[in-house]
Amino acid sequence: MCLAVPGRIVSIQEEADDALRTAVVDFAGVRRQVSLAFTPEARPGDYVMVHVGFAISVVDENEAERIFQELARLGACEPRQEEATDNSP
Amino acid sequence: MRAAPRRGDGQLAVRYVDEYRDEQAGARLVAALRERVSRRWTVMEICGGQTHTILKAGLLDLLPPEIALVHGPGCPVCVTPVELIDAAVGIAEQQGAIFCSFGDMLRVPGSQCSLLEAKARGADVRVVYSPLDALKLARANPTREVIFFAVGFETTAPAAAMAVWQAAREGLSNFSVLVAHVLVPPAIEAILSSPDGRIQGLLAPGHVCTVTGYQPYEELARRHRVPIVVTGFEPLDILQGLLMLVNQLEKGRAEVENQYRRSVRREGNRAAQQLMDEVFERVDRQWRGLGLIPLSGLRLRARYGAFDALGRFRAARTATAESCECMAGLILQGLKKPSECPAFGTRCTPESPLGAPMVSSEGACAAYYLYSRRRWPSEQL
Amino acid sequence: MSSFELSCPVSLPAEDRILLAHGGGGKLMHQLLERFFLPAFGNPRLEARHDGALIEVNGVRLAFTTDSYVVRPLFFPGGSIGDLAVNGTVNDLAMCGARPLYLSAGFILEEGLALDTLRRVIEAMRAAAERAGVELVTGDTKVVERGHGDGVYINTAGIGVVEASGEIGPGRVEPADAVLLSGDLGAHGVAVLSVREGLEFQAPILSDTAPLWGPVAALLASGVQVHCLRDLTRGGLASALNEVAGARGLAVRIEEAAIPVAEAVKGACEILGLDPLYVANEGRFVAFVPGNQAERALEALRSHPMSAGAVRIGSVLEESAPLVLLRSRMGGQRVVDMLSGEQLPRIC
Repeated sequence: MCLAVPGRIVSIQEEADDALRTAVVDFAGVRRQVSLAFTPEARPGDYVMVHVGFAISVVDENEAERIFQELARLGACEPRQEEATDNSP
Repeated sequence: MRAAPRRGDGQLAVRYVDEYRDEQAGARLVAALRERVSRRWTVMEICGGQTHTILKAGLLDLLPPEIALVHGPGCPVCVTPVELIDAAVGIAEQQGAIFCSFGDMLRVPGSQCSLLEAKARGADVRVVYSPLDALKLARANPTREVIFFAVGFETTAPAAAMAVWQAAREGLSNFSVLVAHVLVPPAIEAILSSPDGRIQGLLAPGHVCTVTGYQPYEELARRHRVPIVVTGFEPLDILQGLLMLVNQLEKGRAEVENQYRRSVRREGNRAAQQLMDEVFERVDRQWRGLGLIPLSGLRLRARYGAFDALGRFRAARTATAESCECMAGLILQGLKKPSECPAFGTRCTPESPLGAPMVSSEGACAAYYLYSRRRWPSEQL
Repeated sequence: MSSFELSCPVSLPAEDRILLAHGGGGKLMHQLLERFFLPAFGNPRLEARHDGALIEVNGVRLAFTTDSYVVRPLFFPGGSIGDLAVNGTVNDLAMCGARPLYLSAGFILEEGLALDTLRRVIEAMRAAAERAGVELVTGDTKVVERGHGDGVYINTAGIGVVEASGEIGPGRVEPADAVLLSGDLGAHGVAVLSVREGLEFQAPILSDTAPLWGPVAALLASGVQVHCLRDLTRGGLASALNEVAGARGLAVRIEEAAIPVAEAVKGACEILGLDPLYVANEGRFVAFVPGNQAERALEALRSHPMSAGAVRIGSVLEESAPLVLLRSRMGGQRVVDMLSGEQLPRIC
């Protein structure tokens, strides 16, 4: 429900315990410390969705790109039905 | 990776935000919606954050009239039960307590007053942006009790869980949590099961699903035969989510689709789910305006019971008065419009709210209050 | 099938105390004015509720205003309470079309305040007064017990001589007037919050506190008919526009895409859950001028460094409704309401 804001990881402060791992995240020039406890896969340069001080996902750049490709298709011709996309393995 | 995008006015865009506010792309989505829709559909967006975007971007003006958008109960401000607000106030008024809350909750009326008014009377109520801020306060003030008001859906629960987990590890004795978390799927089940239900499609909350994944929604879609599209929070997300929903409705499909693929995976965030499960367990919960929904809330597991504020403070609880003018329940289910409430705009306004949906800026009533006032006299809602 | 029992909240008893929100510049503050102050002191000048009072003494038109400054923290990037105390009052005079001349200053100091802090505040006021071209000619100091003040509270009153030939105020706003904004939004509010919330910036956001007589004088000198001026303070652009629309009874429509907000201010607002339209400014103003004089007015404003970023953000409509409408980037329209109380950060 909730406001989660995308920001770019500038640097990561590694800890012995992954649960305490934090990052400095840049939001359009504002920098804040964010917990990476729930995104152990995050790396510097990644974009993360941040909610109440925690990264809850790493933004999937490829998927972000797809919405624009779909929009471009929309403009070009009859709107096509979107197939159900399922990312599960 | 695409080059850094620019907005229409040439300014460097805020990555992953501005692209989703592009007017031309929005216009294309709206055109596609208008073309696709062939009859009236009643759909509900669950999340208060989505309601906020819809109102802020003025999307209601742009949608084809066949789409009736109903604002659902996805606003923790609106649904936190009165008893918990009263408990919050009672705890905040304890001598020496530092009561920490997200800003959203401060104006919600309890049966006597709100947290903001308690603050005016001298309670130490502080706005925090993260449960970790409350934890920091506890460490910095060892002689004072610090309480965090854990409100919100599954998006926020992992953060509260982490605060409790860290407090337990550090052996903090002055930190506790007033747990008011609620869960979305049981609420959807309750709404879709309602005999008066008219909801034909749902936009599911993208950030809740970032944490929980959308697997829990597949059974709901199948059993109730209602399409569900997991949707993000920017204007283009909402428009694309609606288009996907309308496509399914027009074709008679009832599946879960994921519009918010840049953040949501089917299995969600395992690390967050694991911590939630470690710290919390499910419990029946009252939803303000909706009543009791089984297993729709969270509470601390016994092994973390020491951090439960309700146990630590014998906060005076007042019985909730039964009848009143607020018809929040009917509105949260989408059965009535705020404008159909006799108190709307007269006895109940954002300055003097009778119920929670008028308090929250994205509550259905506050939303209608703002939106309906733009209709000139000839067009009153 | 589940059944629902309605569990309804009980209505709030009427407030009998001052809330912080009463100082927020929004609806609650206006209610306070209407319930208490206006009935007690009611006179036409006060009821005009403009930034300053216009008085005539021996044929000379003067503007007279007062304001109090209670900001916390006392020092923030780009300024201090001392800057605000001078600029705020100077700007209220400028908004009346008056050249600011003299200020008074009353200080309420908290027992225990470090003398060095006081020295820094006074130095800031001195520098701000020099920059604004005003003289501090009279003042007063009181001390209150420890725990009864945030260190320093300052009240300043100001007198200026009206140089605008016509009257400037909401009453003169007309349909088809252009709404001009002198620069980007939100810098002051974010600068103050950045200290309170420990925000870090790649490049620090500085408060936009500034004396605005310069741009106003340039605007008046250009010969443009200035109908109304209003500086943005607490409650931001939204409150200022609502005040004018409310006082005049005409709807105002603004374009979201035209409203300038610096990237870092936007970023800070996003993560704090704030709307830039409501964030405080201390060196920005809106001007209402006839639509066909907008270009000339913008040229005049842009010629002055304090309003180099001036843009047109909207127009006054024909409709007699005291509303502010915003056309969003997406093309939809919404009402921009006055805040109920303080803007609270949201997570939801």
